[in-house]
Amino acid sequence: MLQQTQKSLPRGDRSDPQAILALADISKTFPGVKALSGVSLSLYPGKVTALVGENGAGKSTVVKILTGIYQPDGGSILVDGVPAPFPTPQAAADQGVTAIHQETVLFDELSVAENIFLGHAPRNSWGLIDRKKTTEKARALLSSIGAALDPELRLKDLGIANKHLVAIARALSIEARVVIMDEPTAALSQKEIEELYELVESLKAQGRAILFISHKFDEIFRIADNYTVFRDGQLIGDGAIADVSEAELVKMMVGRDVSQIFPEREPSAGDPVLTVEGYAHPTEFDDISFTLRKGEILGFYGLVGAGRSEFMQSLFGITRPSAGSVEVGGRKVSIRSPADAVDNGIVYVPEDRGKQGAVLDLPIFQNITLPSLGRISRGGFLRLAEEFRLAREYTERLDLRAASLDTHVGNLSGGNQQKVVIAKWLATQPRVIILDEPTKGVDIGSKAAVHEFMAELAAQGLAVIMVSSEIPEVLGMSDRVIVMREGRIVAELTDTELQPETLVRHAAGI
Amino acid sequence: MSTTERIIPDRLRSPMEQRLKSWETLLLLVAVGIFVANSFASPYFLNAWNLSDATFNFTEKAMIAFAMALLIISGEIDLSVASIIALASTAMGAAVQMGVGTPGLVLIGLGVGLLCGAFNGVLVTRMGLPSIVVTIGTMSLFRGISYIVLGDQAFRGYPESFSWFGQGYVWWVISFEFVLFALIAVIYAVLLHKTNFGRTVYAIGNNATGAMFSGIRVNRVKFILFLLTGLMSGVAAICLTARLGSTRPSIATGWELEVVTMVVLGGVSILGGSGTIAGVVIAAFVMGLVTFGLGLLNVPGIVMSIVIGALLIGVIALPRLWSMWRLR
Repeated sequence: MLQQTQKSLPRGDRSDPQAILALADISKTFPGVKALSGVSLSLYPGKVTALVGENGAGKSTVVKILTGIYQPDGGSILVDGVPAPFPTPQAAADQGVTAIHQETVLFDELSVAENIFLGHAPRNSWGLIDRKKTTEKARALLSSIGAALDPELRLKDLGIANKHLVAIARALSIEARVVIMDEPTAALSQKEIEELYELVESLKAQGRAILFISHKFDEIFRIADNYTVFRDGQLIGDGAIADVSEAELVKMMVGRDVSQIFPEREPSAGDPVLTVEGYAHPTEFDDISFTLRKGEILGFYGLVGAGRSEFMQSLFGITRPSAGSVEVGGRKVSIRSPADAVDNGIVYVPEDRGKQGAVLDLPIFQNITLPSLGRISRGGFLRLAEEFRLAREYTERLDLRAASLDTHVGNLSGGNQQKVVIAKWLATQPRVIILDEPTKGVDIGSKAAVHEFMAELAAQGLAVIMVSSEIPEVLGMSDRVIVMREGRIVAELTDTELQPETLVRHAAGI
Repeated sequence: MSTTERIIPDRLRSPMEQRLKSWETLLLLVAVGIFVANSFASPYFLNAWNLSDATFNFTEKAMIAFAMALLIISGEIDLSVASIIALASTAMGAAVQMGVGTPGLVLIGLGVGLLCGAFNGVLVTRMGLPSIVVTIGTMSLFRGISYIVLGDQAFRGYPESFSWFGQGYVWWVISFEFVLFALIAVIYAVLLHKTNFGRTVYAIGNNATGAMFSGIRVNRVKFILFLLTGLMSGVAAICLTARLGSTRPSIATGWELEVVTMVVLGGVSILGGSGTIAGVVIAAFVMGLVTFGLGLLNVPGIVMSIVIGALLIGVIALPRLWSMWRLR
């Protein structure tokens, strides 16, 4: 056992004190999938360890084992070098392990202070919660992490960044020794991200161990001390960040060299497919007009809240516009529901895969055929052979990775879920596909695959609209970019105008 | 470190088919067990005519239960079904007083059922009201109308040919109602498991938003399901009225809960998204056999409802207890 701990010590930091928390030779199997096979991971006091891997590499399984939600099939969890199984989430919490998730688990209707001290609030002499003391302690805790928040505010009135701060304050309030941060910056602005980095530094200074999960290399190199790379449920490498380059890390992650270059494209402006005139909504957007051509990728850029997604959902028939008209292939159409949109060849890949994109509790093949039931049936009766044929055709085209077509979509990684959603729409043979943040929460390897696929679709004559907040993606993929600000189109950029500064200037209104 | 070889089943990933299969098998075993127990408990049980009589305990309720199963799988519910029976029966009774013949009576029964279902459906899908609240309201509303029309009176005088729907036999001990029940079971099984419509019902029950974003006309499907439930209540109203030969406003009181019990006992998730018609069919037999067996033993009705309640909780808790025990 000692040897195992030795082995998992990062190469660059052999002189480090013993790990607070270590996983040794952990395995976990789900029906049909080996999620983890013999992985090790060590977390040290005062150090940030970055856990790096593509979606489906086993990162979330590790987090769930560390927090007592899953039980490993083999291997051991060591706390201060002593084996300590975490049979329940409570056992993990008792050992001082706490996780801050992408969607933090907090209570909207409770106050900030109540959220921070839920379950361990200070009591008065009657044994009841001492509201005043709770508020005071919460205030002190929040100011210690530099958050000027009113502890009496209701959580639902806070923005996502402040909710993160509350979650961190909560972690500190229970004397967490190990803080797991699962993509904590995914929804934060640049300024908020800087604040989070400062906070991570102060957690380090207090001698806490931090496990930092992120897809963003710049932040990994900015704040991590050590790294651990997983691929396909196996430990590929670990060590000190100082000893590794970004390229090496990417190579370990994907098992090959990944060109960060976007696919080479031959922009071809065909006939107009979609013409939108004066689309408006009472609150979300106004006077949206543009033309989309066959074989074109049209990027929509803007800050969060610029009304891009709201407009796209209206175009897809989710919300009714107050004014405006749509022409598809030169014919005026009325879109009053997503069903109408699909009938007219307009499909939408939403940002929220779990709620809107897919039916997670249904198998892959049923998700794919859901909008195409008319094509796989005869007289309203399902033909299972046809159904599987269609599902197989499109999953193969997208190179989906799954145990079987019968696997529930909820069991797939983010990248593969996205492939199912795209496959579902391609099976309807659309004319216009709208992709809303198509690579959000998708790892580098799948990202390149999605980009290549988009280029391929455009080359085959599909008209593509891509909503993206990632400047490299917008610039790398689009033939033309429409910039939106506060619900209106403020610029339409082509060719030489496609520069990062230009994009940002228009989006921010500078 | 000792490596343990046992396989921990991941509940998140348990294949739905397998779970449902085992559910129906379990239920079938319960049904067989009750059948055997009954045949030992009473010498009158194993008699073709008595068994035929026993089917009347569940045929009418089961007809509604099939439609209700689809509605519950889609994530909605209709608690007004028993009151629809009362209203449909009252309408038929009033028509009899005006001299309407059997074909007219059938059309009126089905028509009132459809109208009531449409009313529920409009309130839920057009106004976006929760179905449990809407149908608790219409439960009082529909039966209230029957009470206003009838007071403490009863409609009688149904024509001979009409009685056949509740009292007629197709062949030997096989009643018309039983044949109708079997036919409706097959129709609903095909509808739910073999058609596009059935697939969309499952999709809506699992994730209505996701289904809408996939181009499914969610409200249209739900409206049709309310129509079907109303229609089946109308069919049940015809059979029950024909069998009783009279209409009182208290007709079919409390049936809504028995129908829901049958659906849930049949393995349909009350949260929506899963369940099969086969399960509901077996559940219908289980409930029918229990009530009939206890009836033969002269067990009072109040005790019967205790037994049915215990059975429901028992059968539903058993798989959960089993998996808890296996996880230890």
